[in-house]
Amino acid sequence: MFRYTKLTAVREVIVWIITLAMLLPFYILIVTSLKSDQEALTTSAVAPPSSLDFSAFVEVLTTTGRNSIPMSILNSVIITAGAIFGLVLFGSVAAYVIARRTRRWTTFTYYLVLIAIILPAQLGTVPLYIGARSVGLTGNAIGMILLWIGILLPLSVFLYASFFRGLSTEYEEAAVIDGATPTQAFFRVVLPLMAPATGTVAILAGLIVWNDFFNSLIFLGGSTTQTLPVAMYTYVGGLVSAWNKIFAVVIISMIPILAFYMFAQKRFIQGFAGGLKG
Amino acid sequence: MTIDENSTRTLTVPPRARRTPAPPSKKKPLISYGHWWWALPAVILVIGVHYVATLTGGFFAFTNWTGLGDWEFIGLDNFVRIFNDPQLLGAVWNTLFLAFGSVILTNVFGLLFALAINRMLKTRYILRTLIFMPVVLSPLAVAYVWKFIFQFNGPLNGFLGLIGLEEFQKVWLADPTWSIWAILITVVWQQTGFVMVIYLAGLASVPVEVEEAASLDGAGVWGRFWNVTVPAIRPSIAIATTLGIIQGLRIFDQILALTGGGPAGATETLATEIYKQAFSLGQFGFGSALALVLTVIILAFAILQQYVTRDRDAAGRA
Repeated sequence: MFRYTKLTAVREVIVWIITLAMLLPFYILIVTSLKSDQEALTTSAVAPPSSLDFSAFVEVLTTTGRNSIPMSILNSVIITAGAIFGLVLFGSVAAYVIARRTRRWTTFTYYLVLIAIILPAQLGTVPLYIGARSVGLTGNAIGMILLWIGILLPLSVFLYASFFRGLSTEYEEAAVIDGATPTQAFFRVVLPLMAPATGTVAILAGLIVWNDFFNSLIFLGGSTTQTLPVAMYTYVGGLVSAWNKIFAVVIISMIPILAFYMFAQKRFIQGFAGGLKG
Repeated sequence: MTIDENSTRTLTVPPRARRTPAPPSKKKPLISYGHWWWALPAVILVIGVHYVATLTGGFFAFTNWTGLGDWEFIGLDNFVRIFNDPQLLGAVWNTLFLAFGSVILTNVFGLLFALAINRMLKTRYILRTLIFMPVVLSPLAVAYVWKFIFQFNGPLNGFLGLIGLEEFQKVWLADPTWSIWAILITVVWQQTGFVMVIYLAGLASVPVEVEEAASLDGAGVWGRFWNVTVPAIRPSIAIATTLGIIQGLRIFDQILALTGGGPAGATETLATEIYKQAFSLGQFGFGSALALVLTVIILAFAILQQYVTRDRDAAGRA
Protein backbone atom coordinates (compact mmCIF):
# COMPACT_ATOMS: atom_id res chain seq x y z
CA MET A 1 0.00 0.00 0.00
CA PHE A 2 2.75 2.49 0.88
CA ARG A 3 4.46 2.92 -2.45
CA TYR A 4 6.45 5.81 -3.83
CA THR A 5 3.80 7.61 -5.88
CA LYS A 6 3.63 11.00 -7.54
CA LEU A 7 2.04 12.30 -4.37
CA THR A 8 5.05 11.16 -2.35
CA ALA A 9 7.35 12.98 -4.77
CA VAL A 10 5.28 16.14 -4.32
CA ARG A 11 5.55 15.73 -0.55
CA GLU A 12 9.30 15.26 -0.81
CA VAL A 13 9.68 18.45 -2.83
CA ILE A 14 7.50 20.43 -0.40
CA VAL A 15 9.47 19.20 2.61
CA TRP A 16 12.71 20.19 0.88
CA ILE A 17 11.42 23.69 0.14
CA ILE A 18 10.37 24.15 3.79
CA THR A 19 13.68 22.77 5.06
CA LEU A 20 15.73 25.04 2.81
CA ALA A 21 13.65 28.02 3.92
CA MET A 22 14.32 26.99 7.50
CA LEU A 23 18.05 26.86 6.81
CA LEU A 24 18.08 30.31 5.20
CA PRO A 25 19.64 31.87 8.35
CA PHE A 26 22.75 29.73 7.71
CA TYR A 27 23.06 31.16 4.22
CA ILE A 28 22.68 34.72 5.52
CA LEU A 29 25.26 33.94 8.19
CA ILE A 30 27.86 32.72 5.72
CA VAL A 31 27.46 35.38 3.03
CA THR A 32 27.46 38.24 5.53
CA SER A 33 30.61 37.02 7.25
CA LEU A 34 32.43 37.09 3.90
CA LYS A 35 31.59 40.70 3.16
CA SER A 36 33.77 43.72 3.81
CA ASP A 37 32.77 46.18 6.53
CA GLN A 38 31.26 48.54 4.00
CA GLU A 39 29.42 45.90 2.04
CA ALA A 40 27.95 44.27 5.16
CA LEU A 41 26.20 47.52 6.00
CA THR A 42 24.98 48.50 2.58
CA THR A 43 24.06 45.38 0.63
CA SER A 44 21.03 43.14 1.02
CA ALA A 45 21.37 40.30 3.52
CA VAL A 46 20.77 37.63 0.89
CA ALA A 47 23.03 39.15 -1.74
CA PRO A 48 26.28 37.21 -2.16
CA PRO A 49 29.49 39.16 -1.45
CA SER A 50 30.98 40.85 -4.49
CA SER A 51 34.34 39.31 -3.66
CA LEU A 52 35.34 36.92 -0.91
CA ASP A 53 36.61 39.01 1.95
CA PHE A 54 38.12 37.08 4.83
CA SER A 55 39.19 40.20 6.71
CA ALA A 56 36.47 39.71 9.33
CA PHE A 57 37.81 36.25 10.15
CA VAL A 58 41.39 37.49 10.26
CA GLU A 59 40.45 40.29 12.59
CA VAL A 60 38.48 37.99 14.91
CA LEU A 61 41.25 35.42 15.07
CA THR A 62 43.93 37.98 15.84
CA THR A 63 42.13 39.54 18.80
CA THR A 64 44.27 39.77 21.90
CA GLY A 65 43.71 40.41 25.57
CA ARG A 66 41.01 39.18 27.88
CA ASN A 67 38.46 38.32 25.24
CA SER A 68 40.87 36.89 22.73
CA ILE A 69 38.86 34.43 20.66
CA PRO A 70 41.76 31.97 20.05
CA MET A 71 42.51 31.84 23.79
CA SER A 72 38.84 31.28 24.61
CA ILE A 73 38.70 28.41 22.10
CA LEU A 74 41.65 26.83 23.89
CA ASN A 75 39.91 27.30 27.26
CA SER A 76 36.70 25.79 25.94
CA VAL A 77 38.60 22.80 24.56
CA ILE A 78 40.40 22.23 27.88
CA ILE A 79 37.23 22.53 29.96
CA THR A 80 35.16 20.37 27.63
CA ALA A 81 37.82 17.66 27.36
CA GLY A 82 38.47 17.66 31.11
CA ALA A 83 34.76 17.42 31.90
CA ILE A 84 34.23 14.56 29.44
CA PHE A 85 37.23 12.66 30.82
CA GLY A 86 36.02 13.03 34.41
CA LEU A 87 32.45 12.14 33.53
CA VAL A 88 33.51 8.99 31.70
CA LEU A 89 35.94 7.91 34.42
CA PHE A 90 33.90 8.64 37.56
CA GLY A 91 30.55 7.95 35.95
CA SER A 92 31.46 4.56 34.52
CA VAL A 93 33.08 3.11 37.66
CA ALA A 94 30.28 4.39 39.91
CA ALA A 95 27.58 3.08 37.58
CA TYR A 96 29.39 -0.28 37.35
CA VAL A 97 29.38 -0.74 41.13
CA ILE A 98 25.78 0.47 41.37
CA ALA A 99 24.52 -1.73 38.55
CA ARG A 100 26.44 -4.91 39.37
CA ARG A 101 26.22 -5.03 43.14
CA THR A 102 22.77 -5.56 44.60
CA ARG A 103 23.03 -4.17 48.06
CA ARG A 104 20.82 -1.78 49.91
CA TRP A 105 23.31 1.07 49.58
CA THR A 106 23.70 0.67 45.82
CA THR A 107 19.93 0.93 45.35
CA PHE A 108 19.90 3.98 47.58
CA THR A 109 22.77 5.55 45.64
CA TYR A 110 20.99 4.91 42.37
CA TYR A 111 17.95 6.81 43.63
CA LEU A 112 20.18 9.59 44.90
CA VAL A 113 21.51 9.96 41.36
CA LEU A 114 18.10 9.72 39.69
CA ILE A 115 16.59 12.44 41.85
CA ALA A 116 19.60 14.66 41.13
CA ILE A 117 18.76 14.44 37.39
CA ILE A 118 15.29 15.82 38.02
CA LEU A 119 16.39 18.44 40.56
CA PRO A 120 16.61 21.82 38.76
CA ALA A 121 20.10 23.33 38.97
CA GLN A 122 19.13 27.00 39.38
CA LEU A 123 18.69 26.97 43.13
CA GLY A 124 22.16 25.59 43.73
CA THR A 125 23.96 28.15 41.58
CA VAL A 126 24.41 30.87 44.20
CA PRO A 127 25.72 28.55 46.97
CA LEU A 128 27.99 26.78 44.48
CA TYR A 129 29.41 30.07 43.32
CA ILE A 130 30.07 31.22 46.87
CA GLY A 131 31.56 27.86 47.83
CA ALA A 132 33.78 27.76 44.75
CA ARG A 133 34.88 31.37 45.29
CA SER A 134 35.88 30.72 48.88
CA VAL A 135 38.19 27.85 47.88
CA GLY A 136 39.60 29.58 44.80
CA LEU A 137 37.78 27.49 42.19
CA THR A 138 36.16 30.38 40.33
CA GLY A 139 37.89 31.96 37.38
CA ASN A 140 39.95 28.93 36.42
CA ALA A 141 39.57 25.85 34.28
CA ILE A 142 39.99 23.34 37.10
CA GLY A 143 37.05 24.74 39.04
CA MET A 144 34.95 24.76 35.89
CA ILE A 145 35.83 21.13 35.09
CA LEU A 146 34.95 20.02 38.63
CA LEU A 147 31.70 21.92 38.47
CA TRP A 148 30.70 20.29 35.20
CA ILE A 149 31.62 16.84 36.44
CA GLY A 150 29.40 17.42 39.45
CA ILE A 151 26.52 18.83 37.44
CA LEU A 152 26.50 16.13 34.76
CA LEU A 153 27.54 13.06 36.75
CA PRO A 154 23.93 12.00 37.40
CA LEU A 155 23.32 11.88 33.65
CA SER A 156 26.55 9.94 33.09
CA VAL A 157 25.89 7.43 35.89
CA PHE A 158 22.32 6.95 34.73
CA LEU A 159 23.33 6.28 31.11
CA TYR A 160 26.16 3.93 32.04
CA ALA A 161 23.99 2.07 34.58
CA SER A 162 21.32 1.35 32.00
CA PHE A 163 23.97 0.08 29.56
CA PHE A 164 25.64 -2.11 32.22
CA ARG A 165 22.29 -3.67 33.12
CA GLY A 166 21.97 -4.81 29.54
CA LEU A 167 25.44 -6.42 29.48
CA SER A 168 25.89 -10.03 30.58
CA THR A 169 28.26 -10.63 33.51
CA GLU A 170 29.97 -13.45 31.59
CA TYR A 171 32.60 -11.13 30.13
CA GLU A 172 34.16 -10.02 33.38
CA GLU A 173 33.68 -13.47 34.94
CA ALA A 174 35.68 -14.99 32.11
CA ALA A 175 38.35 -12.33 32.55
CA VAL A 176 38.61 -12.94 36.29
CA ILE A 177 38.77 -16.70 35.82
CA ASP A 178 41.63 -16.10 33.40
CA GLY A 179 43.42 -14.31 36.23
CA ALA A 180 42.50 -10.65 35.84
CA THR A 181 41.95 -8.48 38.91
CA PRO A 182 38.53 -6.75 39.20
CA THR A 183 40.20 -3.49 38.12
CA GLN A 184 41.75 -5.08 35.04
CA ALA A 185 38.48 -6.87 34.22
CA PHE A 186 36.65 -3.56 34.25
CA PHE A 187 39.11 -1.36 32.37
CA ARG A 188 40.37 -3.97 29.89
CA VAL A 189 37.16 -5.92 29.22
CA VAL A 190 33.98 -4.17 30.32
CA LEU A 191 34.71 -0.53 29.54
CA PRO A 192 35.82 -1.21 25.95
CA LEU A 193 32.49 -3.00 25.42
CA MET A 194 30.77 0.16 26.63
CA ALA A 195 31.91 2.28 23.68
CA PRO A 196 28.30 3.17 22.71
CA ALA A 197 27.60 4.38 26.26
CA THR A 198 30.87 6.32 26.36
CA GLY A 199 30.01 7.88 23.00
CA THR A 200 26.59 8.97 24.20
CA VAL A 201 27.98 10.43 27.42
CA ALA A 202 30.77 12.23 25.57
CA ILE A 203 28.45 13.72 22.95
CA LEU A 204 25.74 14.88 25.33
CA ALA A 205 28.15 16.22 27.95
CA GLY A 206 30.45 17.72 25.32
CA LEU A 207 27.60 19.64 23.68
CA ILE A 208 26.23 20.90 26.99
CA VAL A 209 29.65 22.06 28.23
CA TRP A 210 30.85 23.52 24.91
CA ASN A 211 27.65 25.50 24.32
CA ASP A 212 27.11 26.61 27.89
CA PHE A 213 26.89 30.33 28.51
CA PHE A 214 25.15 30.74 31.88
CA ASN A 215 27.56 28.80 34.11
CA SER A 216 30.68 30.12 32.38
CA LEU A 217 29.38 33.66 32.69
CA ILE A 218 28.96 33.24 36.44
CA PHE A 219 31.87 31.02 37.43
CA LEU A 220 34.48 32.59 35.13
CA GLY A 221 33.08 36.13 35.31
CA GLY A 222 35.70 38.86 35.38
CA SER A 223 38.66 36.49 35.10
CA THR A 224 41.19 36.08 32.32
CA THR A 225 39.99 32.55 31.65
CA GLN A 226 36.98 32.81 29.36
CA THR A 227 35.14 30.17 27.38
CA LEU A 228 34.17 30.75 23.78
CA PRO A 229 30.48 31.73 24.38
CA VAL A 230 31.41 34.28 27.05
CA ALA A 231 34.21 35.72 24.94
CA MET A 232 31.80 35.86 22.02
CA TYR A 233 29.22 37.67 24.17
CA THR A 234 31.77 40.26 25.34
CA TYR A 235 33.33 40.65 21.91
CA VAL A 236 29.99 41.13 20.18
CA GLY A 237 28.92 43.56 22.91
CA GLY A 238 31.79 45.82 21.84
CA LEU A 239 30.81 45.81 18.16
CA VAL A 240 28.01 48.00 16.92
CA SER A 241 26.39 46.52 13.84
CA ALA A 242 29.69 45.16 12.50
CA TRP A 243 27.75 42.12 11.39
CA ASN A 244 30.49 40.68 9.21
CA LYS A 245 32.72 40.42 12.30
CA ILE A 246 29.92 39.25 14.58
CA PHE A 247 29.08 36.51 12.11
CA ALA A 248 32.73 35.57 11.75
CA VAL A 249 32.83 34.88 15.52
CA VAL A 250 29.54 33.01 15.31
CA ILE A 251 30.83 30.82 12.46
CA ILE A 252 34.11 30.13 14.26
CA SER A 253 32.13 29.03 17.32
CA MET A 254 29.95 26.75 15.20
CA ILE A 255 32.65 25.05 13.11
CA PRO A 256 34.02 22.57 15.70
CA ILE A 257 30.59 21.36 16.73
CA LEU A 258 29.29 21.14 13.17
CA ALA A 259 32.39 19.20 12.13
CA PHE A 260 31.73 16.66 14.87
CA TYR A 261 28.06 16.60 13.95
CA MET A 262 28.70 15.87 10.27
CA PHE A 263 31.19 13.21 11.25
CA ALA A 264 28.92 11.42 13.73
CA GLN A 265 25.42 12.73 13.07
CA LYS A 266 23.78 9.36 13.65
CA ARG A 267 25.32 9.09 17.12
CA PHE A 268 24.29 12.67 17.92
CA ILE A 269 20.69 12.07 16.93
CA GLN A 270 20.46 8.70 18.69
CA GLY A 271 22.11 10.16 21.78
CA PHE A 272 19.57 12.93 21.92
CA ALA A 273 16.56 10.76 21.13
CA GLY A 274 17.58 8.06 23.59
CA GLY A 275 19.91 9.60 26.12
CA LEU A 276 18.08 12.74 27.09
CA LYS A 277 14.92 10.84 27.88
CA GLY A 278 16.52 10.37 31.27
CA MET B 1 9.72 7.21 30.76
CA THR B 2 13.11 5.59 30.88
CA ILE B 3 13.40 6.73 34.46
CA ASP B 4 10.18 4.92 35.32
CA GLU B 5 11.22 1.68 33.71
CA ASN B 6 14.56 1.64 35.42
CA SER B 7 13.31 2.73 38.79
CA THR B 8 10.72 -0.05 38.84
CA ARG B 9 13.43 -2.47 37.83
CA THR B 10 15.63 -1.52 40.76
CA LEU B 11 12.59 -1.44 43.02
CA THR B 12 11.53 -4.96 42.18
CA VAL B 13 14.71 -6.89 41.52
CA PRO B 14 17.02 -6.14 44.43
CA PRO B 15 14.48 -6.58 47.28
CA ARG B 16 13.52 -10.02 45.94
CA ALA B 17 17.18 -10.93 45.84
CA ARG B 18 17.54 -9.74 49.38
CA ARG B 19 14.56 -11.73 50.63
CA THR B 20 16.30 -15.04 49.97
CA PRO B 21 18.27 -15.37 53.20
CA ALA B 22 21.50 -17.04 52.35
CA PRO B 23 24.65 -17.57 54.35
CA PRO B 24 26.79 -14.64 53.26
CA SER B 25 29.85 -16.72 52.52
CA LYS B 26 28.12 -19.15 50.18
CA LYS B 27 25.87 -16.84 48.15
CA LYS B 28 28.56 -14.30 47.44
CA PRO B 29 28.73 -13.35 43.77
CA LEU B 30 31.14 -15.40 41.72
CA ILE B 31 33.57 -12.53 41.38
CA SER B 32 33.99 -9.08 42.83
CA TYR B 33 32.53 -6.41 40.58
CA GLY B 34 34.98 -3.58 40.95
CA HIS B 35 35.54 -2.11 44.40
CA TRP B 36 32.85 -0.49 46.47
CA TRP B 37 34.81 2.74 46.80
CA TRP B 38 34.60 3.30 43.04
CA ALA B 39 31.22 4.90 43.72
CA LEU B 40 32.70 7.33 46.23
CA PRO B 41 33.83 10.25 44.02
CA ALA B 42 30.49 10.26 42.21
CA VAL B 43 28.50 10.11 45.44
CA ILE B 44 30.47 12.95 47.03
CA LEU B 45 30.24 15.19 43.95
CA VAL B 46 26.53 14.53 43.43
CA ILE B 47 25.68 15.17 47.07
CA GLY B 48 27.83 18.32 47.13
CA VAL B 49 26.87 19.86 43.80
CA HIS B 50 23.21 18.86 43.76
CA TYR B 51 21.87 18.24 47.24
CA VAL B 52 23.94 20.43 49.57
CA ALA B 53 23.96 23.34 47.11
CA THR B 54 20.22 23.15 46.42
CA LEU B 55 19.31 22.94 50.10
CA THR B 56 21.65 25.82 50.94
CA GLY B 57 20.07 27.84 48.13
CA GLY B 58 16.64 27.07 49.52
CA PHE B 59 17.83 28.43 52.87
CA PHE B 60 19.36 31.58 51.34
CA ALA B 61 15.95 32.32 49.79
CA PHE B 62 14.65 33.28 53.24
CA THR B 63 17.54 35.63 54.06
CA ASN B 64 18.68 39.08 52.96
CA TRP B 65 22.26 38.01 52.39
CA THR B 66 24.31 40.14 50.00
CA GLY B 67 27.44 38.02 49.93
CA LEU B 68 29.30 40.28 52.35
CA GLY B 69 28.90 40.90 56.03
CA ASP B 70 25.88 40.24 58.18
CA TRP B 71 22.63 38.73 57.08
CA GLU B 72 19.31 38.09 58.70
CA PHE B 73 16.60 35.51 58.43
CA ILE B 74 13.71 37.52 57.01
CA GLY B 75 11.04 34.87 56.52
CA LEU B 76 8.82 35.36 53.49
CA ASP B 77 9.81 38.99 52.84
CA ASN B 78 11.63 38.13 49.63
CA PHE B 79 8.56 36.38 48.25
CA VAL B 80 6.24 39.21 49.26
CA ARG B 81 8.58 41.54 47.35
CA ILE B 82 8.57 39.28 44.27
CA PHE B 83 4.80 39.03 44.10
CA ASN B 84 4.28 42.75 44.65
CA ASP B 85 6.70 43.82 41.94
CA PRO B 86 4.97 44.17 38.56
CA GLN B 87 8.35 43.83 36.80
CA LEU B 88 9.05 40.48 38.46
CA LEU B 89 5.49 39.24 37.98
CA GLY B 90 5.99 40.14 34.34
CA ALA B 91 9.12 38.00 34.38
CA VAL B 92 7.13 35.06 35.76
CA TRP B 93 4.55 35.56 33.04
CA ASN B 94 7.25 35.78 30.34
CA THR B 95 8.86 32.60 31.65
CA LEU B 96 5.56 30.73 31.36
CA PHE B 97 4.81 32.28 27.97
CA LEU B 98 8.15 31.20 26.50
CA ALA B 99 7.89 27.71 28.02
CA PHE B 100 4.37 26.99 26.81
CA GLY B 101 4.79 28.83 23.53
CA SER B 102 7.94 26.91 22.68
CA VAL B 103 6.49 23.55 23.74
CA ILE B 104 3.34 23.99 21.68
CA LEU B 105 5.08 25.30 18.57
CA THR B 106 8.05 22.90 18.59
CA ASN B 107 5.72 19.94 19.13
CA VAL B 108 3.38 20.95 16.31
CA PHE B 109 6.21 21.63 13.85
CA GLY B 110 8.33 18.74 15.07
CA LEU B 111 5.47 16.27 14.70
CA LEU B 112 4.57 17.63 11.26
CA PHE B 113 8.19 17.25 10.09
CA ALA B 114 8.39 13.77 11.60
CA LEU B 115 5.17 12.63 9.93
CA ALA B 116 6.21 14.21 6.64
CA ILE B 117 9.57 12.49 6.39
CA ASN B 118 8.79 9.29 8.31
CA ARG B 119 7.53 7.15 5.44
CA MET B 120 8.80 6.66 1.93
CA LEU B 121 10.85 9.79 1.36
CA LYS B 122 14.06 8.91 -0.44
CA THR B 123 16.06 11.65 1.22
CA ARG B 124 14.68 11.28 4.74
CA TYR B 125 18.08 10.83 6.37
CA ILE B 126 19.54 13.94 4.75
CA LEU B 127 16.46 15.90 5.75
CA ARG B 128 16.68 14.60 9.29
CA THR B 129 20.35 15.63 9.52
CA LEU B 130 19.62 19.11 8.18
CA ILE B 131 16.56 19.79 10.34
CA PHE B 132 18.36 18.57 13.47
CA MET B 133 21.46 20.67 12.77
CA PRO B 134 20.42 23.83 14.71
CA VAL B 135 19.96 21.72 17.86
CA VAL B 136 23.69 21.10 18.30
CA LEU B 137 24.66 24.76 18.02
CA SER B 138 25.19 27.17 20.88
CA PRO B 139 21.93 29.04 21.66
CA LEU B 140 23.97 32.22 21.98
CA ALA B 141 25.43 31.93 18.49
CA VAL B 142 22.01 31.15 17.03
CA ALA B 143 20.53 34.16 18.82
CA TYR B 144 23.05 36.48 17.14
CA VAL B 145 22.00 35.25 13.71
CA TRP B 146 18.39 36.00 14.55
CA LYS B 147 19.29 39.35 16.05
CA PHE B 148 20.51 40.34 12.60
CA ILE B 149 17.35 39.01 10.96
CA PHE B 150 15.12 40.99 13.33
CA GLN B 151 17.07 44.25 12.89
CA PHE B 152 15.11 47.22 11.62
CA ASN B 153 16.98 47.20 8.32
CA GLY B 154 17.38 43.44 8.49
CA PRO B 155 16.15 40.62 6.26
CA LEU B 156 12.74 40.16 7.95
CA ASN B 157 11.61 43.73 7.39
CA GLY B 158 13.21 43.60 3.95
CA PHE B 159 11.10 40.55 3.11
CA LEU B 160 7.93 42.18 4.44
CA GLY B 161 8.61 45.23 2.28
CA LEU B 162 9.23 43.03 -0.74
CA ILE B 163 5.82 41.36 -0.52
CA GLY B 164 4.04 44.64 0.13
CA LEU B 165 3.41 44.32 3.86
CA GLU B 166 5.22 47.50 4.86
CA GLU B 167 2.71 48.18 7.63
CA PHE B 168 3.96 45.11 9.51
CA GLN B 169 7.58 46.28 9.54
CA LYS B 170 8.74 47.16 13.02
CA VAL B 171 11.77 47.38 15.26
CA TRP B 172 11.16 43.83 16.41
CA LEU B 173 13.63 43.67 19.27
CA ALA B 174 12.74 47.10 20.70
CA ASP B 175 8.99 46.60 20.54
CA PRO B 176 7.43 45.86 23.98
CA THR B 177 4.82 43.55 22.47
CA TRP B 178 6.76 41.78 19.74
CA SER B 179 10.22 41.35 21.23
CA ILE B 180 9.12 38.33 23.27
CA TRP B 181 7.76 36.75 20.07
CA ALA B 182 11.13 37.29 18.42
CA ILE B 183 12.75 35.33 21.25
CA LEU B 184 10.10 32.63 20.94
CA ILE B 185 10.74 32.27 17.20
CA THR B 186 14.49 31.97 17.81
CA VAL B 187 13.93 29.21 20.38
CA VAL B 188 11.40 27.34 18.25
CA TRP B 189 13.67 27.46 15.19
CA GLN B 190 16.48 25.87 17.16
CA GLN B 191 14.49 23.24 19.07
CA THR B 192 12.10 21.92 16.42
CA GLY B 193 14.64 19.39 15.16
CA PHE B 194 15.07 17.95 18.64
CA VAL B 195 11.34 17.34 19.01
CA MET B 196 11.19 15.89 15.50
CA VAL B 197 13.88 13.35 16.36
CA ILE B 198 11.95 12.22 19.45
CA TYR B 199 8.82 11.76 17.34
CA LEU B 200 10.73 9.93 14.61
CA ALA B 201 11.93 7.46 17.25
CA GLY B 202 8.33 7.05 18.41
CA LEU B 203 6.97 6.68 14.88
CA ALA B 204 9.49 3.95 14.15
CA SER B 205 7.54 1.81 16.63
CA VAL B 206 4.31 2.04 14.59
CA PRO B 207 4.16 -1.10 12.43
CA VAL B 208 3.34 -0.49 8.78
CA GLU B 209 1.00 -3.51 8.88
CA VAL B 210 -1.25 -1.92 11.49
CA GLU B 211 -1.56 1.23 9.45
CA GLU B 212 -2.29 -0.82 6.34
CA ALA B 213 -4.90 -2.87 8.18
CA ALA B 214 -6.58 0.28 9.46
CA SER B 215 -6.53 1.72 5.99
CA LEU B 216 -8.07 -1.46 4.50
CA ASP B 217 -10.77 -1.25 7.16
CA GLY B 218 -11.67 2.14 5.75
CA ALA B 219 -9.83 4.51 8.08
CA GLY B 220 -8.86 7.79 6.42
CA VAL B 221 -5.61 9.65 6.96
CA TRP B 222 -7.11 11.54 9.89
CA GLY B 223 -8.60 8.42 11.48
CA ARG B 224 -5.30 6.56 11.14
CA PHE B 225 -3.49 9.44 12.76
CA TRP B 226 -5.76 9.62 15.80
CA ASN B 227 -6.42 5.93 16.33
CA VAL B 228 -3.14 4.33 15.29
CA THR B 229 -0.33 6.87 15.34
CA VAL B 230 -1.18 9.00 18.36
CA PRO B 231 -1.66 6.07 20.80
CA ALA B 232 1.64 4.59 19.65
CA ILE B 233 3.65 7.80 20.09
CA ARG B 234 2.10 8.74 23.42
CA PRO B 235 5.38 8.08 25.28
CA SER B 236 7.18 10.35 22.80
CA ILE B 237 4.61 13.09 23.39
CA ALA B 238 5.23 12.80 27.14
CA ILE B 239 9.01 13.02 26.73
CA ALA B 240 8.94 15.85 24.22
CA THR B 241 6.56 18.00 26.24
CA THR B 242 8.23 17.36 29.61
CA LEU B 243 11.73 18.13 28.33
CA GLY B 244 10.38 21.10 26.38
CA ILE B 245 8.71 22.64 29.45
CA ILE B 246 11.81 22.16 31.59
CA GLN B 247 14.08 23.67 28.92
CA GLY B 248 11.58 26.41 28.12
CA LEU B 249 11.35 27.57 31.71
CA ARG B 250 15.12 28.07 31.79
CA ILE B 251 15.62 30.10 28.61
CA PHE B 252 18.45 32.54 29.26
CA ASP B 253 21.13 32.79 26.56
CA GLN B 254 18.81 33.89 23.78
CA ILE B 255 17.33 36.70 25.87
CA LEU B 256 20.70 38.06 26.90
CA ALA B 257 21.87 38.06 23.29
CA LEU B 258 18.70 39.36 21.64
CA THR B 259 17.28 41.98 24.00
CA GLY B 260 19.18 41.82 27.29
CA GLY B 261 15.75 41.75 28.96
CA GLY B 262 14.57 44.97 27.37
CA PRO B 263 12.90 47.05 26.15
CA ALA B 264 12.21 48.31 29.69
CA GLY B 265 12.12 44.80 31.14
CA ALA B 266 9.55 43.54 28.63
CA THR B 267 11.47 40.33 27.97
CA GLU B 268 12.88 39.55 31.40
CA THR B 269 12.33 36.00 32.63
CA LEU B 270 13.01 34.38 35.98
CA ALA B 271 16.34 33.09 34.69
CA THR B 272 17.55 36.54 33.60
CA GLU B 273 16.27 38.12 36.83
CA ILE B 274 18.11 35.51 38.92
CA TYR B 275 21.30 36.38 37.08
CA LYS B 276 20.81 40.11 37.45
CA GLN B 277 19.70 40.13 41.08
CA ALA B 278 22.20 37.61 42.38
CA PHE B 279 25.26 38.21 40.25
CA SER B 280 25.00 41.76 38.90
CA LEU B 281 23.52 43.32 42.03
CA GLY B 282 24.96 40.91 44.59
CA GLN B 283 21.54 40.23 46.15
CA PHE B 284 22.28 36.61 46.90
CA GLY B 285 19.30 36.16 49.22
CA PHE B 286 16.79 37.74 46.88
CA GLY B 287 18.25 35.99 43.82
CA SER B 288 17.91 32.68 45.63
CA ALA B 289 14.26 33.46 46.37
CA LEU B 290 13.69 33.97 42.63
CA ALA B 291 15.53 30.71 41.97
CA LEU B 292 13.28 28.95 44.46
CA VAL B 293 10.20 30.26 42.64
CA LEU B 294 11.61 28.95 39.35
CA THR B 295 12.49 25.61 40.93
CA VAL B 296 9.00 25.18 42.35
CA ILE B 297 7.48 25.98 38.95
CA ILE B 298 9.79 23.51 37.18
CA LEU B 299 9.14 20.73 39.70
CA ALA B 300 5.39 21.38 39.67
CA PHE B 301 5.20 21.01 35.90
CA ALA B 302 7.52 18.01 35.80
CA ILE B 303 5.45 16.17 38.43
CA LEU B 304 2.12 17.24 36.92
CA GLN B 305 3.24 15.95 33.54
CA GLN B 306 4.30 12.61 35.00
CA TYR B 307 0.84 12.18 36.57
CA VAL B 308 -1.02 13.18 33.44
CA THR B 309 0.88 10.71 31.29
CA ARG B 310 0.74 7.93 33.88
CA ASP B 311 -3.06 8.21 34.13
CA ARG B 312 -3.42 8.04 30.39
CA ASP B 313 -1.23 4.97 30.23
CA ALA B 314 -3.23 3.23 32.94
CA ALA B 315 -6.50 4.12 31.23
CA GLY B 316 -5.14 2.84 27.94
CA ARG B 317 -4.25 -0.51 29.45
CA ALA B 318 -7.57 -0.99 31.26
